[in-house]
Amino acid sequence: MRDAAALGATPMLETQDVARYFDVSRPLLQRLIAREPKRLLRAVDGVSFAIPKGTTLSLVGESGCGKSTVARLVVGLYPPSRGSVIFDGQDLAQARADASQRRRMQMIFQDPYASLNPRWRVRDIIAEPIRAFGLVKDKAAVEARVGQLLTQVGLSPLDGQKFPHEFSGGQRQRISIARALSSNPEFLVCDEPTSALDVSVQAQILNLMKDLQKQLGLTYLFISHNLAVVRQISDRVGVMYLGRLVELAPAETLFRTPRMPYTRALMEAIPDLEMTGRQRIPVGGEVPSPINPPSGCPFHPRCPLANERCRAERPALIPARGTPEALVACHAVEEGRDGGPQVEPAAVGAVQGV
Amino acid sequence: MSNTQPLLQVRNLRVEFPTRRGVLTALDDVSFDIHPGEVLGVVGESGAGKSMTGAAIIGLLEPPGRIAGGTITLGGRRIDNLPYKEMRTIRGRQIGAIFQDPLTTLNPLYTVGRQLVETMTTHLPLTPAEARKKAIEWLELVGIPAASQRIDSYPHEFSGGMRQRVVIALALCAEPKLIVADEPTTALDVSIQAQVIALLKRLAREKGTAMMLVTHDMGVIAETADRVAVMYAGRIAEIGGVRDVVKNPSHPYTIGLMGSIPPITHRMERLLQIEGAMPRLSAIPKGCAYNPRCPRVFDRCRVERPDLIPAGATRAACWLYDRADKEAAHEVAQTGYGEVRHA
Repeated sequence: MRDAAALGATPMLETQDVARYFDVSRPLLQRLIAREPKRLLRAVDGVSFAIPKGTTLSLVGESGCGKSTVARLVVGLYPPSRGSVIFDGQDLAQARADASQRRRMQMIFQDPYASLNPRWRVRDIIAEPIRAFGLVKDKAAVEARVGQLLTQVGLSPLDGQKFPHEFSGGQRQRISIARALSSNPEFLVCDEPTSALDVSVQAQILNLMKDLQKQLGLTYLFISHNLAVVRQISDRVGVMYLGRLVELAPAETLFRTPRMPYTRALMEAIPDLEMTGRQRIPVGGEVPSPINPPSGCPFHPRCPLANERCRAERPALIPARGTPEALVACHAVEEGRDGGPQVEPAAVGAVQGV
Repeated sequence: MSNTQPLLQVRNLRVEFPTRRGVLTALDDVSFDIHPGEVLGVVGESGAGKSMTGAAIIGLLEPPGRIAGGTITLGGRRIDNLPYKEMRTIRGRQIGAIFQDPLTTLNPLYTVGRQLVETMTTHLPLTPAEARKKAIEWLELVGIPAASQRIDSYPHEFSGGMRQRVVIALALCAEPKLIVADEPTTALDVSIQAQVIALLKRLAREKGTAMMLVTHDMGVIAETADRVAVMYAGRIAEIGGVRDVVKNPSHPYTIGLMGSIPPITHRMERLLQIEGAMPRLSAIPKGCAYNPRCPRVFDRCRVERPDLIPAGATRAACWLYDRADKEAAHEVAQTGYGEVRHA
C-alpha cells in the first residue's frame, strides 16, 4: 500500500514495496555436496514510504533492521531486488543516469574518519562534486564557492588548505556536510550522522542540519538508532524491525502514543534522565536472524500481546485504530487488543520540568 | 555516602605519556573514593580521560603511558606501584573488568565454560569439577538460557548481548570487591542495553560489589550510579550525588553537557550546544581547561587552575564557587556576558 504522504503534491522521494535481498549461501560446490538450498538474507523486505519536499523522515531501529540498507537503496548504491524507488516523480534508475538529476541527491555517512580521503586537502574534497558536475567553471569561482560552503557549515574558508586529520570528529562531519551541499542538492540521505560524535558535538551538528534545512529547503531521510535524536529532527518517523516498517507516523503522534508493541518497548528501553524512579521493564529476547525470520509478525517471539494469529499471519501496515494518522503493522492494534492509544510516560516526561 | 572505610581511594593521580614532542599529561590530579557496594559513574566526552582512569586502576595502562604521581589504594593496600605479577593476582580476584567489546574480551579459541573455570580455579580454592558447576550457576545467574548446554559453546556462537552477559559472569565469578566497567553497554542495541544494565545493577547489589562505571551515556549513569564524576581534559570537573549532578549541576561544563543531550520527552527548536571542542592533550589552556568554551569565564579562570571546591550540593572545579570570586562572578552574570546560553 502507498504511503498517504505520497498523495497530493509529488513527494521528493517515494519507495513502493522496495526490497533488497542478499545471497549469503555457501559456495556452490559446498552447497551441492551438502544439498543445501540457497540462503537469502532479506535485509529489506517490502518497505513503502514517501517523503514530502522540505520535510524529514527518520527511520529508527536496532542494528540489523535494514535501515542503512534502505538508505543505500534510496540513493542507488544498491539496486532493489523488488519494488521501486521514485525520485521526484521519476524512477531512480533513470534519475541516476542523468547527471542533472543525480546532483540533486547526496549522502552523509556515519563515520567522518572513514568518509573523507586523508590524502586530499579539504578544499579539494569539497570541490570534487562541483568539478564532477561542472557546476562552476573557472578556478576562482570554485574557490569562492568552497569558501562559502565552509562558512555555511561553521568553519573558516582558510580551513580548506588543511587535511582531514587536522580536524576533530565534529569538524569532519561539518566537512562531510559541506561536501554534500556542494552540488546544490535538494535531498540528503543522512546515515547515522551523529552516532560517532560526543553529545555536545552532536547538538552542534543537529542544530546545523536544522538551520540548513530551513535556509535551503532541504529534504532529509535521516537514519538513526537514537530515538531522542530522531525526535528533535523529524517530521515523520518510521520504525523498522527485521527489514520491515512496523510503524510509520508523524513524529509527535509516534512519541506521544506509540502503538506497535515494539515501538513501545524501544521507548521503554531509553534510560530515564528525568530520574523519576520509573521502573523500566526491558523487552526480553533479541532481534532474530533476518536469514530465518519468524513466521507471521517478525516481532511475535518477543511480543507480550502475541497470539496464534500473530504467529501465523504477517500483519499489513494499516492506519491504527484510534490514531489513524499512524500506520501500524500489528494484529493486536487492529483488533483493539492493545487497549487503544495510551500516552507513553517515558516519552512525554512523567514528571514535568527539569 | 557512608561512614565506612572507602574500598578504593584514588589520590592526586597523574598519568603521563612521554612522546617525541614532550610529555603529555593525560590525567592530572584526579582524586575520588568508592565505598563498598557503591556505584561511581565516570562520564565525559572522548579524550576526557575516563577510560584512562579505569585502566590506571586495573594496572593496564598502555605503554608508554605511566602513573607519574599520586596513589591508588584498594582495601587499605597501595596497588599503583605493584610489580606486574602481583597486580595479576589482584586483577580478577579483587578487581573485575568489563570492557566495551565483548568479542575482544573473550578468547575465541576457548569455550566460555573453560574461560570461566580457568578464572575461578586460578583465584578461588575450587577443583575444576566444582568450578564447572559454579560456572553453570553463573551463566544461569546472568540470564543465559540452557546454561548447562551453552557452557561448552564458543564465544562466536553467542549474540552480542549474550556475549556481554558472559563477560559479566567472567568479571564477577572470582567474586571481586570492585568492578571496573568501561562502556559495558555502548556496543549493544538499546533494548539489549536495558537488559544488561538491569543485570549489572542487580548483581552488584546482591553481591555487594562496588563498581566504577565509565560511560559517555548520561542516561546509563542516571539509572545506575550512586555518585557521578564528570571529567574534562584529564581532570574531574564535578563530582557529587547522581541526582544533584544530573538535575542540578554546578560546573558550567556539566550544565552544558546535560543541556546538549537531546530530550526524548519533547522537541526543542534548538538544542543547547557548547561551542568549540575539547582541547587536545598537547594544547590544554592555562588556568581552567574549560575557560575558552565557558560562557561564564572571568579573568581568574584564564590564569589559575581551580581545584574541586564545594558548589551547591556537589563539588566542582570552578572559580564561580570560590567565596572570594562570588562577587566577581555575580557581576559577570549581571552584565549578561555570555550568560544564559546554557540556560
